Amino acid sequence: MTIASQLPVIPIILPLVTAPLAVLMPAEKWGGRLPHVFTTLVAWTVFAACAAILHSVATVGPISYHLGDWAPPIGIEYRIDLANALVLTLVSGVGALVFPFAHESIRSEIDPRQVNLFYAALLICMAGLLGVTITGDAFNVFVFLEISSLSTYALVAMGANKDRRALTAAFNYLVMGTIGATFFVIGLGLLYQATGTLNMADIKIQLAGDNNRMVEAGFAFIVIGMGLKAAMFPMHLWMPNAYAYAPSVVSAFLAATATKVAVYVIIRFIYTVIGADFAFAPAAFAWLIAPLAIAGMFFASVVAIFQDDVKRMLAYSSVGQIGYMLFGVSFGTEQGLSASLVHLFNHGLMKGALFMAAACVMLRIGSHSCNAYAGLAKRMPLTAAAFIIAGLSLIGVPLTVGFISKWQLLSAAFDSGRAWAGFLIVASSFLAVIYIGRVIELMVLKEAPKDAPPIKEAPLSMLIPMGILVAANIYFGLNTELTVDLAERAAHALMGAGR
Amino acid sequence: MDLLTFIAERYNYWIFIILMMTGLYIVIARGNLIKKLIGLNVFQTSVFIYYISIGKITGGTAPIYVAGDMEARAHGAGHGAPEGAHGAQALPGKDALGVGAIHADETLHEDFELAGNDLATLTGETHAAPHAAPEPQAIHSAPEGGVNDALAAPDLKIEDHAAAAADAVHQAADIIYSNPLPHVLILTAIVVGIATTAVGLALVVRIREAYGTIEEDELEAADDVAEFGAPPAREAAA
Repeated sequence: MTIASQLPVIPIILPLVTAPLAVLMPAEKWGGRLPHVFTTLVAWTVFAACAAILHSVATVGPISYHLGDWAPPIGIEYRIDLANALVLTLVSGVGALVFPFAHESIRSEIDPRQVNLFYAALLICMAGLLGVTITGDAFNVFVFLEISSLSTYALVAMGANKDRRALTAAFNYLVMGTIGATFFVIGLGLLYQATGTLNMADIKIQLAGDNNRMVEAGFAFIVIGMGLKAAMFPMHLWMPNAYAYAPSVVSAFLAATATKVAVYVIIRFIYTVIGADFAFAPAAFAWLIAPLAIAGMFFASVVAIFQDDVKRMLAYSSVGQIGYMLFGVSFGTEQGLSASLVHLFNHGLMKGALFMAAACVMLRIGSHSCNAYAGLAKRMPLTAAAFIIAGLSLIGVPLTVGFISKWQLLSAAFDSGRAWAGFLIVASSFLAVIYIGRVIELMVLKEAPKDAPPIKEAPLSMLIPMGILVAANIYFGLNTELTVDLAERAAHALMGAGR
Repeated sequence: MDLLTFIAERYNYWIFIILMMTGLYIVIARGNLIKKLIGLNVFQTSVFIYYISIGKITGGTAPIYVAGDMEARAHGAGHGAPEGAHGAQALPGKDALGVGAIHADETLHEDFELAGNDLATLTGETHAAPHAAPEPQAIHSAPEGGVNDALAAPDLKIEDHAAAAADAVHQAADIIYSNPLPHVLILTAIVVGIATTAVGLALVVRIREAYGTIEEDELEAADDVAEFGAPPAREAAA
């Protein structure tokens, strides 16, 4: 009973237990920094634990942790293989950067009385997302999903201090998110009725390639429910407003993690729970997931071009990027799956950095409309540089992570004999050139309005986390050992389990 | 006739589907935010009903421990179900009634046996049952209610319990329990549903404070004014 053997439960239990403590802390001491410093330390501990888990999984092999020492399939099992270790590291890593980043931005954007609650809710949200990722129990996924979603609704609504539309955005998100979660539960019920078990691996064994209407219906409910949470086109309607009006820090955290986790759950259910050899899966790939992914890639990117609000533009861009991930999954090949996992990780890095830059602009200029970005390269050179690098990464310029994921997607498309798919990926990337290029043009070529007051660069507490994330965008673009190799091994393991 | 039987035999699913669609319709069709939340609740509740109905086993009783049942199932020592995960272990009678009853039943879809209780310990400890029982009863409020007299009536005297337990031993072999797991899952889902409703209502209160209305079309009109700085076209035309 050493700490090391309890490692898998630390990322879940620590934030859940410490979140109420953050609420109880005196808000006035240390200039209101106490809850901030405390939750930052928690987030770093969680990240350290997740990195240790990733290291252990990569070197030793999958971890199976029995909660309360009850053996699966009766007890709840935390099962960590490479795929979810990668997502765990992404979520906790973004968390570890967002928490130190939050202080200045939050102080200017939300009601001072809500600061403690904000940190607690963000911690719970992170715990929920990590829980969804780590668990090997299907119903546990639902519980953690709702833990993270409920705190997300509250976090989005906190943006009401700046713009009251955050309230309606949060309400719409709540309605859509609850419908999605309930669909997911119906799907689980059907699978449970067919198998009598809730452990993911055990469902797979009990199904034994069995194919009937009930399992098909369950599969459909789960994909649609999770598609709602993942903002899969055309179920993304909650997302642009929620990301645009939420506090900037919340947008940065959610854009980098929440939708990725939902995509991960779709991948997990397709491969580990139902199995890729399930007769219904190829039809779902060809007629549901691929067309919607393509539609999302183009439609959302085109809409993004016409947005006047940078945060909303980035949100629409996320819908398109989710399309890329699902498109990769829909190839049904190991390479496609691996490309999806790489893009899932990389997109978290780029969107996190972009939204962080938007948060810096929001702090200093007080707006996230496009006009606020005019002449930004002179007014806030570092923030503008971060936005440009992350934006180029989003487009897929070489030397950035975006290039790696596009490259992986393209080679997966060509290797599976889908040259047309490769063409579509490149074509939709040009749309990204337009919407990112528009903002870059404003920042670099336009002059700031004459009467604009002089502004300072963003504070160091925000620049450093943003800088780390931007550096990660370049580092993982040059050194692909961690992401691509791990994703390939993860995809191999997932496909192997699916056979 | 066959079609009618087909429909009638699955009435629980029809109820579930009708409720689900009603709820979803209310969420989509109503503009009032409170009505939307009510629709969402109907939608969620329909799923609860679905889960509870799949846990029902024909002829099964409420998944509450029937005194003596475990002994009838025990074919010998060394196979304790509740602690099976940790290795075989005999349980004292009181634990078997309280904690054991909850955990043992969760394993019902498995083939399980409980060891280590003889009738003497059991009847001696039966007075503990009424105290242990209310919790499982509350949790597993199964469709047919408390079937088991020995545990369901807390005001019975101790001698009655002993007698009931002894009687139960004779019938125990053919007791079938309904599956308690869906009920437990739905308890969790109910808690989630309550939390969602609470957050939703809190948001509605805030929206009402900020906008002065909770009608969706009026909210959209107010947002349009905020965004474009002009009254909506409809009013301008009028």
